[in-house]
Amino acid sequence: MIDVLIIGSGGAGLTAALAAKDAGASVAVAGKAYPTNSQTSMAQGGMNAALGNVGEDDIGSHIADTIKSAKGLCDEVMVKHMCENAPGTIAWLESLGVPFSRLDNGKSGTQTVAQRQMGGASAKRACYAQDYTGLKILHTLYDTCLKEEIDFLDEHYLLNLITEEGTVKGATFLEIRTGEVKQISARSVIIATGGYGALYHGSTTNAYGSTGDGVAAVLRAGGAVSDMEFIQFHPTALKHSSILVSESARGEGGYLVNEKGERFVDELKPRDEVARAIFGQIQEGQRVFLDVRHLGEEKLMELLPQEVELCKLHEHVDPAKELIPIQPVAHYTMGGIDVDQGLGVHGIKGCFAVGECSNAKVHGANRLGGNSLLEITVFGKLAGENATKHAADASSKPADDAQQQKDTEAVEALFAQKEIVNFYPYREKLGNLLYEKVGIVRDNAQLQDALKEVTAMQEMQKAMGIVDQSRANNQNLIEFLEFQNALLLAPTIITSAIDRDESRGAHYKVGFEQEDETHKKHTLIQWKKEATCR
Amino acid sequence: MQIKILRSETDTHQLYTLPAGEIPLLNALSYIKETQDATLTFSAGCRASVCGTCAVRVNGREELACAYKVKPGDIIEPLQYHPVLRDLKVDKHRAKETLLKSTAWLHTPQEASLTHSDEKLSERQTDCILCDSCYSACPVYAVNPDFLGPFALTRAYRYSTDKRESSTKNIIDNIQSNGVWDCTLCGECTAVCPKGIDPKMDITMLRGLSVQEGYQDPSFATQSFGTPDFGGGGFGFDPNAGF
Repeated sequence: MIDVLIIGSGGAGLTAALAAKDAGASVAVAGKAYPTNSQTSMAQGGMNAALGNVGEDDIGSHIADTIKSAKGLCDEVMVKHMCENAPGTIAWLESLGVPFSRLDNGKSGTQTVAQRQMGGASAKRACYAQDYTGLKILHTLYDTCLKEEIDFLDEHYLLNLITEEGTVKGATFLEIRTGEVKQISARSVIIATGGYGALYHGSTTNAYGSTGDGVAAVLRAGGAVSDMEFIQFHPTALKHSSILVSESARGEGGYLVNEKGERFVDELKPRDEVARAIFGQIQEGQRVFLDVRHLGEEKLMELLPQEVELCKLHEHVDPAKELIPIQPVAHYTMGGIDVDQGLGVHGIKGCFAVGECSNAKVHGANRLGGNSLLEITVFGKLAGENATKHAADASSKPADDAQQQKDTEAVEALFAQKEIVNFYPYREKLGNLLYEKVGIVRDNAQLQDALKEVTAMQEMQKAMGIVDQSRANNQNLIEFLEFQNALLLAPTIITSAIDRDESRGAHYKVGFEQEDETHKKHTLIQWKKEATCR
Repeated sequence: MQIKILRSETDTHQLYTLPAGEIPLLNALSYIKETQDATLTFSAGCRASVCGTCAVRVNGREELACAYKVKPGDIIEPLQYHPVLRDLKVDKHRAKETLLKSTAWLHTPQEASLTHSDEKLSERQTDCILCDSCYSACPVYAVNPDFLGPFALTRAYRYSTDKRESSTKNIIDNIQSNGVWDCTLCGECTAVCPKGIDPKMDITMLRGLSVQEGYQDPSFATQSFGTPDFGGGGFGFDPNAGF
């Protein structure tokens, strides 16, 4: 029986693994793909830390900016912890060899790390590595995991948590290569499975895999989720492919213009405000573009090489010479598994959650650019340490195989079930539905419609199934399981949005355009117990 | 538009019909899976050329499916030198093994004064997304499956040039066997890298670092330079021979 089982092998999972191992725990990391395939690789802009390497900055300002953007919905203790630990975390990443972009200032250590401005920040605070910040942090963490001989269980798809009397005992997985359902027993479990942005299929910057599997598993196991309505829309995704153009493009001086060539918003405002401004333009029939031409080819290749390539590939425009057509799409899920200040999952003892899947209440109603890479590394460490502490006192008695039996039967039932309706068009339909009716601007009538449609889809799901009968490497099966999770999570987003009759951060509702003090609270959903707000 | 995809169960190229128009190969594969054949199996992730999941071979050349625009008649196959798990999905676990053997990480970190030009020393190398394209294109694997391979060596080079590493000797020691000297410098890896990395050059640089650490090309000692021995100081030309 291992001490700490980590589910998810992105930046949060890898950091947690290193921390748990360092604290003396035996560790295994299970993920549905390979570690370096994760969503973390897509983070471009940077990672916040008040180093003050470029102009003045201090931790107090970082805390203040984060709290301001959160619109009254953050836990200030958690924000303080994250921001205070930011410089130390940069120093830790520096010691692992993360290739940050540098300044020529004759100094040493982290004092030479370059910093850029991101939306909502009062200083040049985001440390970066060109526009490959997430990729380079992720791969350096992975290299360090290999150095520390961390055990990886790749291609393990999370089915369910195993709990006994409200305490986690491990989890069940579908081993994708063999098609077998297996269970892994552990004294502590850390969920680091990423967000649920991929529910907005076709209208998201997220990878296909960001389907909220861990969030759904927690709900099924009796744990709580919170603030599911807060979906951040990134202002600038490529219009035709929804591929992200980093906020740093605006941070470096890029403008937003409509087709008349007019600027219509301060590009450095927080993401929710910029996204709404763009959405407003689009509703008026305007096309919206990002203009970075004035930066010049050389500077673009220096600061945003990935963007330049992606624009050429997916939009057939050369950003040095042409306008980039953009639209706002779903990007980051602020809500998720409800955790306490030690990252312990609300309702399941011994279970911790970290990263985009969790709601550690540092982002509140709107996340600042540059705080997500910070969250996964600072809190990844905290999760690893706390899970190790819990493991020391936890029972070594493994769970019986009841959950494994149940899940084996469920998978067998899927193979036996006849496919009457193809689920793939519904995956796309769900994405469109969420984007159109649970999107940047919401209203109660549309939300009610969306809930009805999702409920109908849940009914329809009984007629859906898999065509592929192969046991081994059945991607059709995995995608169906992901879709089932999506259909389970979608109503939690919609009902939370219906409950919140106000506008706050990323949640904007017609008819309730102002913040309402009575709604200055988290939306909590927990099955098997009475739904409640706190 | 029609394309052919190698199916592992039958070991034949199956023909699929796509709507006309220029789309990324990944979109084409998804289209086939969603509307025509749910058993077609491939790996995909970010759609944005940065997660390294979707590399395949198109007409014999490695491409990221998300970045390649499909053309009529394209033949799509899995990466070479990887066990095929199913259709276009391959086992990439060798990546981890070669990275482990090459010990591509910081061994003894020290604080350093890094500059913008130091950043440039490894900027390209750290763009690597571990897509395995270079590994698939490397002909050395046809004869030596134990070769550390282009990306592992690029990564070893990336850490050995890092000023934060106080002693590069460990890394250099660990890339001698089945490593830098086994590369034929054919440049196939460089030609297919979707991120514009030049592993061939990195391996050349590592050879230089190896020599600085006292290593020499192991094949040099045993190589034959035009036997029989002509005498005359071993320069291969005896003015009196044959006359």
